Amino acid sequence: MIVAERKPLDEIKEMVKSYKKLLTVGCGGCTSICYTGGQREVGLLNEDLKNSLEKEGMATQPDSFTIERQCNADFYPELDEIARNYDALLSMACGAGVQFLADRYPEKPVFPALNTIFVGIDKDVGWFEENCRTCRECFIGETGGICPVTRCAKSLFNGPCGGTSREGKCEVSKDTPCAWYEIFKRLKDQGRLENILKVKPAREWKNQTRGTMIHEAYQKRYAK
Amino acid sequence: MSFKDQLHSGKFAVTAELQPPKGTDLSELYEYAEGWRNRVDAVMIPDLQNGIMRLGSLSACALLKEKGMEVIYDLSCANRNRLALQSELLNAAALGLKNLLLLQGDPPSMGDHFDAQPVFDLDVMGLLGAAKRLQEGYDLVGNDLNGKPVFFVGTQINAAAQGHRLDLELMTMEKKIREGANFFLAGSIYDPGLLENFMKKAAHFKVPVIVGITLLKSVGMARYISKHVEGASIPDAIIDRLLKAPDKQKVSIEIAGDLIRDVKPLCQGIQIVPLGWEPLVPILLDQVGL
Repeated sequence: MIVAERKPLDEIKEMVKSYKKLLTVGCGGCTSICYTGGQREVGLLNEDLKNSLEKEGMATQPDSFTIERQCNADFYPELDEIARNYDALLSMACGAGVQFLADRYPEKPVFPALNTIFVGIDKDVGWFEENCRTCRECFIGETGGICPVTRCAKSLFNGPCGGTSREGKCEVSKDTPCAWYEIFKRLKDQGRLENILKVKPAREWKNQTRGTMIHEAYQKRYAK
Repeated sequence: MSFKDQLHSGKFAVTAELQPPKGTDLSELYEYAEGWRNRVDAVMIPDLQNGIMRLGSLSACALLKEKGMEVIYDLSCANRNRLALQSELLNAAALGLKNLLLLQGDPPSMGDHFDAQPVFDLDVMGLLGAAKRLQEGYDLVGNDLNGKPVFFVGTQINAAAQGHRLDLELMTMEKKIREGANFFLAGSIYDPGLLENFMKKAAHFKVPVIVGITLLKSVGMARYISKHVEGASIPDAIIDRLLKAPDKQKVSIEIAGDLIRDVKPLCQGIQIVPLGWEPLVPILLDQVGL
C-alpha cells in the first residue's frame, strides 16, 4: 500500500485560497486505507478549510467527492460531470493519483493535499511502516524476506556497517532494529547463513528513471 | 618504509587520526602533523566523518604527502555515487596516494547537514570491488583504463562484537578480503578481552588488523561512548579510574597506554584517535616505548 500524510493546513490554504469553487477529491484506494485521503478525511479537511478560510474572510467554498481509485480512468466518468463546475481541484490521493487527476482535467489547476510517504505495511491500527523502496531488483529471497535496502539506514546489501547495538538496534536510530541483525537471525534459524557470504553486486537503481510496465498478456494490445 | 611494507614486514604500526579543518586554515593540521613526524608511521585523514562538512581527506592527504608524510586516504560511500567514487580513487592515485581506508560512511542525518540526500549508491563491498577493478585496469562497467592505479586497501571492522554480531562481522570480513581488503581498522577498543576473542576467530584470515585507541578526555565522554557508540563498551574500571583522577589528562594518557600495552601482542598496529589532544600523541607513545 502507498502511505501518505496530510500536508499542514496552512500549506493547503496557500495553494487553494484564490479559487472560489473548490472540489476536494478523495480516493478510496491506498490513502483511504491509511486514513489520510478517503471520504471521511475529505470531510474533515473541508471542515478545517471552511472554518479557517471564513475567519480570514476568504470566499473559497470547498465541496467534496470521493472516487474509488484516482489512478484508474474506469472510476472517473461520474467525476467528469461534477469537476466541470469547479475552478480548481484538491486531490487527496497519492502523488500518482494527483497526476492522473491533473492529466484528466488539464484545463484545471490541481493541487495535492497530501505528501506521499512510502510503500508500506500496516504494522498495527494506524501504524504504518515502509518496507519497499521499489528498487525493481528484489533480492529478499536471499535475505530471509527482509529488505536491507529499505530497512537498513545505509541501504547496505552486503552485511552490517558495524554499528549494530548489543540489543540488535541500528546506530542511526536506536528504536530501529538493525536489518542485518534481523537477516542473520532469520537465515540462521532457516539454516541458510551461507547466503550472507555471497557478494551482492552493486544495485542498478533502476527506480531512478520513470517506470512503465505493460503486463505480458497485454503486450500485443499496446504494440506500436 | 611505506605503510604497506611495514605491515607486511610484521613491524608493529602506529597510526593516528587527524581531522581536517572546517575551513581553509591548514596551520593547525600542519602543526599537529609536524609534531607527529617520525613518531607515527602513517596519518589517517577522515572523510566527512560523522556527516560533518569539512575539508576533504584527499587534499589534506596530498598536502601532507608533499611534506614527506605517509598518509591514509579515507573514502566513504555516504556522499558520492559510483562515478565520483571511482574518479576520487583515480584522483588519489594521480596525487600519489596509495593507502586507502574505504568505508561505508555516516549518513548525513547524523551530521551538521542533516537534510542532505544520502547517496550510498555503492555499499562498502561495492567500493572495495571498484578499487579492485581499477587496479586491474578496468572501471566498474568494464571500460579500459589508460594507466591503472596501485593501492593498499583497508576497511573497517567491529572487533568488539559479540554473539550473533561477531559471527556476522567475521562473515563480512571474509567477504571484504575476497573483494580486496589488504588490512582492517577495528573501531576503538576499550576491552582487550573482546579483541582477543575476535582475533582468535579472525587469525586464519592472516590479514593485518589495526586497532583504534581513542583518548578518553572526560568521564562524561567515556560514559557517552560506552552508552551510545556501538562496539565501544568501556569497562567500569576505566571509568572509575578516570573519575577518581585529580589530573584527568595524565590518567587518560595512562589508560590509553595500558590499553596499547594490552592490545599490542594481539594485533598488527594501532590508530590513536586524539580528538583534540593531538599534541599528547608523542607523550603517549613515549610512555609505551613506541
